[in-house]
Amino acid sequence: MATEAHGAEEGGLVFHPMDQFIVKPLFGDGPVAWYTPTNVTLWMAITILAVIALLVLSTSRRSIVPSRGQSVAELAYGFIYKMVEDVTGKEGLKYFPYIMTLFMFIVLANFLGLLPMAFTTTSHIAVTALLAMAVFLTVTILGFVKNGASFLGLFWVSSAPLALRPVLAVIEIISYFVRPVSHSIRLAGNMMAGHAVIKVFAAFAAIAAISPLSVVAITAMYGLEVLVAFIQAYVFTILTCVYLKDALHPHH
Amino acid sequence: MATETHATNGEGLADATGVASHSADAAPGMPQLDFGTFPNQVFWLVVTLVVIYLILSRVALPRISAILAERAGTITNDIAAAEDLKAKALEAEEAYNKALADARSEAQRIVAAAKADIQSDLDVAIEKADAEIAAKSAESEKAIAEIRAGALEAIEEVAKETAAELVTAMGGNADAATIDGAVSARVKG
Amino acid sequence: MEGDIVQMGAFIGAGLASIGMGGAAVGVGNVAGNYLAGALRNPSAAASQTATLFIGIAFAEALGIFSFLVALLLMFAV
Repeated sequence: MATEAHGAEEGGLVFHPMDQFIVKPLFGDGPVAWYTPTNVTLWMAITILAVIALLVLSTSRRSIVPSRGQSVAELAYGFIYKMVEDVTGKEGLKYFPYIMTLFMFIVLANFLGLLPMAFTTTSHIAVTALLAMAVFLTVTILGFVKNGASFLGLFWVSSAPLALRPVLAVIEIISYFVRPVSHSIRLAGNMMAGHAVIKVFAAFAAIAAISPLSVVAITAMYGLEVLVAFIQAYVFTILTCVYLKDALHPHH
Repeated sequence: MATETHATNGEGLADATGVASHSADAAPGMPQLDFGTFPNQVFWLVVTLVVIYLILSRVALPRISAILAERAGTITNDIAAAEDLKAKALEAEEAYNKALADARSEAQRIVAAAKADIQSDLDVAIEKADAEIAAKSAESEKAIAEIRAGALEAIEEVAKETAAELVTAMGGNADAATIDGAVSARVKG
Repeated sequence: MEGDIVQMGAFIGAGLASIGMGGAAVGVGNVAGNYLAGALRNPSAAASQTATLFIGIAFAEALGIFSFLVALLLMFAV
């Protein structure tokens, strides 16, 4: 990483918490065009390989008594399947592969990002914003296709007093359009924050007196980040399910 | 990548704070807000998502759901088979108990039959023995009676002779018939 | 010089924005604490509500992340 060279020449405390998120071309130093293979490409490809290893290779023996890898795959399948079924009901199961794709991508990208020297694709707002916008557009279009104009009933809280309903409708509409923003920034922010904090602690390790403390702090943060990596993927997925439920059953 | 204007800004930041910003790599401090890299990320993300979706929906998910269904089927079958075996075991136990009871009653029957046989044999033997004993005792009695009769006759005869002798010795003249009758009456009485 | 004052303002603003994270911490603690209180009262209903717990935590935490983002923007992007 470029930070090492930089720190050596300046000495003392050097913070580069954000350098780990820089998008670089894999080959050479040219400009990043839309098709350039970058470290984003590399880590997304590794994510795909991880998905294949976890869900395809481990289940290739199709044994009745599962091996370790196969039971992880089955666990992931059952976890998301049950979540979709519980939150959206039976008719949501049609969208199970879509939600499973989101979950597997996010959870594996989060965990792979925790490897030292790794690049965390989900820490980029561009990535999470696309994921969130995809969910938002899908859910909105699906809501109108399935329910027609009565999808707007989502914003008209019929259980509230009549005088309050327009006010509530405005709030509901605002909260509806804030959904993709919070949905994407929650994931990117959590990932970015954890990695940046670890990097800041790592910079403190340059001072000999507090370096043991710094190492302990990094270890603790790393444990927390492992938890956060899973919880954020879970939250992203379950919120997708909740939004999907709103699209399928817009009436409160 | 970085433009010149951003580079000066970055250096200023570095001078002011000691926070060196990598002006050559990150345009405006935060790499996340470097809009120049957005098309690249979006493109590769779309590619990744499509690939993962195809892998999941074509290969992984059908396979896993098939495995799970197969396992559920196997478990159901196994449970049914276990129920079957249990019922069979119960049946076998019942049959065993029945056989045991049968054998017991058979044995009792045989014992009773044997007993009855022995009893009847015994009865026959006892009867036979009784009859023999009765025959033998009758014979003996007859012999005794004969002996006794013989003895009486002998006594009568001896008495008659003795009486006749006595009568002659005493000088009497007794005819045989009278003496016989008198002795017989005495002996009988 | 003027740039320095702008820098100073940005950093002070970033520090102020960080206060918002304390609010998120209070919110998340509140959600988790109330969940625990409810779960100890009625443990049989707790398992079915973990999804709601995580959604609640996520919503509370999102606002803290927003303030963190504002701080980052002031630090690096302004």
